[in-house]
Amino acid sequence: MLDLIELRKTFNPNTINQKIALDGVSLHLDDGDFVTMIGGNGAGKSTLLNAIAGVWPVDSGKVIIDGNDVTGLSEHKRAPWLGRVFQDPMMGTAASMQIIENLALAKRRGQKRGLKPGVTKAEKDEYRDLLATLGLGLEDRLTQKVGLLSGGQRQALTLLMATLNKPKLLLLDEHTAALDPRTAQKVLTLSDQIIKEHNLMTMMVTHNMKDAIRYGNRLIMMNEGKIILDIKGEEKKNLTVQALMDQFVKASGEELASDRALLS
Amino acid sequence: MNIGSLISALPGAIAQGLIWGVMAIGVYLTYKVLDIADLTVDGTMATGGAVCVMMLLNGANLWLALLCAVLAGMIAGLVTGLFHTAMGIPAILAGILTQLSLYSVNLAIMGFKANQGINFRTTRILVSSRNVKVIGFENPIFIMIIVTAVLIGILYWFFGREIGSALRATGSNEHMARAQGINVNMAKIIGLMISNGIVALASALYAQYQGAVDVNMGRGGIVIGLAAVIISTVIFGKIFHNFALKLMGVSLGAVIYYIVIQIVLWLGLNTNMLKLLSALVVAVFLAIPYWKGRLTKGAKHA
Repeated sequence: MLDLIELRKTFNPNTINQKIALDGVSLHLDDGDFVTMIGGNGAGKSTLLNAIAGVWPVDSGKVIIDGNDVTGLSEHKRAPWLGRVFQDPMMGTAASMQIIENLALAKRRGQKRGLKPGVTKAEKDEYRDLLATLGLGLEDRLTQKVGLLSGGQRQALTLLMATLNKPKLLLLDEHTAALDPRTAQKVLTLSDQIIKEHNLMTMMVTHNMKDAIRYGNRLIMMNEGKIILDIKGEEKKNLTVQALMDQFVKASGEELASDRALLS
Repeated sequence: MNIGSLISALPGAIAQGLIWGVMAIGVYLTYKVLDIADLTVDGTMATGGAVCVMMLLNGANLWLALLCAVLAGMIAGLVTGLFHTAMGIPAILAGILTQLSLYSVNLAIMGFKANQGINFRTTRILVSSRNVKVIGFENPIFIMIIVTAVLIGILYWFFGREIGSALRATGSNEHMARAQGINVNMAKIIGLMISNGIVALASALYAQYQGAVDVNMGRGGIVIGLAAVIISTVIFGKIFHNFALKLMGVSLGAVIYYIVIQIVLWLGLNTNMLKLLSALVVAVFLAIPYWKGRLTKGAKHA
């Protein structure tokens, strides 16, 4: 379960660059909910995920994961509950470390790190099998540096790392936006598979309306730091891009022209 | 110019290179593994010697003196780490502040004298320049090879552990490290403490080797450490991929540095010009990857 209560965040307060990024966002997710999030640039989608992950403190409001109030916790202390994949493929992995070392680091998320081996022999086989499921041939490159992988391979690996210790909440922040269309589709399909397999509570930001409609059981649209649309159940299943566009215009009360290109 | 005088100076250069190689391994850990340029080491490179010599002068056991030197270095690293993480001071500036304060601290340790000597006859020490041409176990080259090997062994073990991996992840990608639940501030503090502990060990050994500690002993130390790291990257970068071999490469880099310095001195360079030469050589080698990057970028656009 995830509960966001009246989250507010203003960047650069009291300057000419002041930006109200989150304007009282409340949201409740049940276990197994897979929410897709859309909205124009600067609508607050990524900001919301960062607020949940604790990248910086919020001005007010609460983040409650599974009954634990994590609002006051720093980023690394919230990590045990969260799996995260970022837009930039470089951000989710350590380039100068081996594939297997990256996975082992993720495996120890939420555990105390001591003087035990960084990677055990038993883990090696586990990771080889796991990587084989990706079908990218990474299982034969266990000891290669992650820096040698392509963007798509790195995102697939980051996805595995994020879901290795079944997180309470998976945060996907436009994780296919930097990939070419074919690779993006592959990574997206893989994400959907993993989410379904483990029944993971997920929030996925995307700029692609079709993807937002196709995946997940709930769709949220944000605008100017607020959730302006929340569609679930049967209504979500029967949604079309055109209907979504119309809804957006109605809900936000402004012309879509400027955002049309971004949302198509 | 007499080639014989150069050859007779080489064992000394090698021994000094091995001692500074230990220091350079400390620099490597912050500069390459943690991705922090830590200037604390200029101060720590005198602190270790000061603690060790003063303890020996007061009749302390050799090994206890070395241990305390290492601990003193680790405290210096802790201070820089706290300046950086708890007080938000940029890493370079944090190191400079500690380095400056260490000048006073080092003088205080040395009883407010700029240097303190050890009496060879009455004090047992580990490495001494007087034995540099002796064939036997007391030869500092032999002893330093063992010290370096043990140090590399310990570091290789440590950086293969969970904490060590967390340190490497912090240096490689802080963002990823935090997302994986690593306390990156703690990782940086631990890294700085280990690095400065090692530098202080080198300092203690160097003071013994020279038979004295001088408050200015570590001045420009970071440049020598960086030179060793860069020399090893240039010469061994393509062949040494294993972490232990990389550390060995750094040690060899320091030895090469000291041999080159010896040759330059033999060619007649004024000793006082050495620091200028070292700084310029390091500057050029630091620039090479940048220049290479610009060239390849230009080629792509053309």
